[in-house]
Amino acid sequence: MEVMPKWAEVTLVPLISLLLAAILSALVILAIGEDPIAAVNLMVTGALGSTYGWGYTLYYATNFLFTGLAVSVAFHAGLFNIGGEGQAMLGGLGVALACLLIPWPHWTLALLGAAGAAALFGAAWAAIPAFLQAKRGSHIVITTIMFNFIGAAVLNYVLVNLMRPAGSMDPATARFPETTHLPTLHDILAPIGINFSKSAPANVTFLIALLACVLVWFLLWRTWLGYEIRSYGKSEPAAKYGGISPTAITMIAMLISGGLAGLMAINNVMGEAERLVLNAVEGAGFIGIAVALMGRSHPFGVLLAAILFGFLYQGGAELALWTSIPRELIVVIQALVILFTGALDNMVRMPLERLFLMMRRRNA
Amino acid sequence: MDFLTLIQLLDSTVRLATPLLLACLAGLFSERAGIFDIGLEGKMLAAAFFSAAIAALTGSVWIGLLAGITASMLFSLLHGLASITFRGNQLISGVAINFLAAGLTVLIAQDWFSQGGRTPSLMGGARFEPITLPFAEAFGSVPFIGPIYQELISGHSILVYLAFAMVPLTWWILFRTRFGLRLRAVGENPAAVDTAGVSVVGLRYAAVMICGVLCGIAGAYLSTALQAGFVKDMSAGRGFIALAALIFAKWRPWYALYATLLFGLFGALETRPDVIEALFGIKVQGALLGALPYVMTVIILAGFVGKAIPPRAGGEPYVKER
Repeated sequence: MEVMPKWAEVTLVPLISLLLAAILSALVILAIGEDPIAAVNLMVTGALGSTYGWGYTLYYATNFLFTGLAVSVAFHAGLFNIGGEGQAMLGGLGVALACLLIPWPHWTLALLGAAGAAALFGAAWAAIPAFLQAKRGSHIVITTIMFNFIGAAVLNYVLVNLMRPAGSMDPATARFPETTHLPTLHDILAPIGINFSKSAPANVTFLIALLACVLVWFLLWRTWLGYEIRSYGKSEPAAKYGGISPTAITMIAMLISGGLAGLMAINNVMGEAERLVLNAVEGAGFIGIAVALMGRSHPFGVLLAAILFGFLYQGGAELALWTSIPRELIVVIQALVILFTGALDNMVRMPLERLFLMMRRRNA
Repeated sequence: MDFLTLIQLLDSTVRLATPLLLACLAGLFSERAGIFDIGLEGKMLAAAFFSAAIAALTGSVWIGLLAGITASMLFSLLHGLASITFRGNQLISGVAINFLAAGLTVLIAQDWFSQGGRTPSLMGGARFEPITLPFAEAFGSVPFIGPIYQELISGHSILVYLAFAMVPLTWWILFRTRFGLRLRAVGENPAAVDTAGVSVVGLRYAAVMICGVLCGIAGAYLSTALQAGFVKDMSAGRGFIALAALIFAKWRPWYALYATLLFGLFGALETRPDVIEALFGIKVQGALLGALPYVMTVIILAGFVGKAIPPRAGGEPYVKER
């Protein structure tokens, strides 16, 4: 028998964890001599007070949606993919190759091609750790961490030695051609009479991220494969007994996970920078961990968490601009969210469970 | 390549291996007791900041070292709380600790010193100075052995000698004392230790706190001996290389020394591309050389060159049977 009702499980536990993280963050802001309430006000106006702010919030949220979904799919298979950062980096390489090598006639085709390349490269970067986990039992957490570093080194080498345009000192590729430029939310919303900020980077990829959310939900809860992934994650012996191949599920789950992380590149590389730079991912792969934990690995939860982190990211940039609070405040908040919703989950859960048990006894 | 270049190369190998060695031994204690720790990086970073900051404020590097160790131990306590007391996911807790340290150090550095997330440069007593071993000057002129003694063995800070002394000490504690036997047992089969009437929780906390002390020294070495002050993200992935070294060493102290020396040599070579070119006649990219420890660890983990088997109960919270 479940101790806690389902609604408490999905709302109360994450909300209390979030509240704890928020209280501690406020204390941190107080400790460095700033006013937390003023800080929150500034963040809200900066991130949500204008279409410009929303444009950045949604742009960041798109990144986190992809990486958050990537971590979630792996979580459902009982795998912890810390390699989102490296997979997104390699996804960027796929996007850059697709955009620079193929003369696309129109952005729609370019988007399809680049998305395919991004997912392929991301999945490939997850494939080796997945294979080693499935076949050799090498711990996937360690191998994906190692692959983040190896990915950074590979990208560094490729950008400096192979893809840098002649005469340029900057370790970055050439600009992508005009036909690969994605329409921004401004371009999409203008025809229907909504005047969205022109300079914000949110683009059509946001819609693709939403679509990815739906598809992941469908995959996990409406297909055989999703059922197998989830049952493998819940109990490996039971899944094996049910005829599910651990090797196949580990590989498939990690390939999907890596592909989703790689897909992030169509947002930041193709949609925003329009060229591949060295540090394009900017830690979004790691934020995916916080997003997945907070969203309880459910696509809808991930959507809410990704928008929250998009807000924090844009709000944090505004804070750094107008106050003396450095951007690293967001890293602290991110750490606290991971800590409370992930590692200290039982600290929140145990007293709640006791409370519900007590209430049940009183009613009985 | 001449003899003196070799000595210089080995000298910087020792310098770069020291923080790796300390962090690797730190991880060794923790993981041997069954607590995975991917938060070595964060603890080192926190210790690096607090040692440099307190050393800058007080002018005494020893008080700084103490502050660094304390900071690192507080993070260890958090890790223990999450992974031992509340039986949470040790890996997630480690990730959280890494980010917490990365964010807090810059935040506090900016608040205290307003120098864009760094501490003031440390001078004089606020830094660990190199120690000249006895007769280093006198021996210097002796051929072959002289330069080795004067340049390579002598002239490091006290923390380097401490780190190297920690290797036999760790071996002795783990393999020759009762505490060590129990610590290893708790990482393999905690239920057996529990049955023998020894506290699993107590042993694991002890291991995690020792890990904190060693990470603290490693961090202090970074900011007060290797460099003169703290800069943002100065641990630069060393915690993860130490983790790689730990796997490479198959969770054994002496092997940890060899693995960290090897990875230290890679680090030293990365800064001397001319030496590689002279040795092998090819230009090797520094970035690729930097990735070599990670590649080697993956190969070792894959079990193609001798399998690395972690402590059996590693990563699993212990739940007493009821």
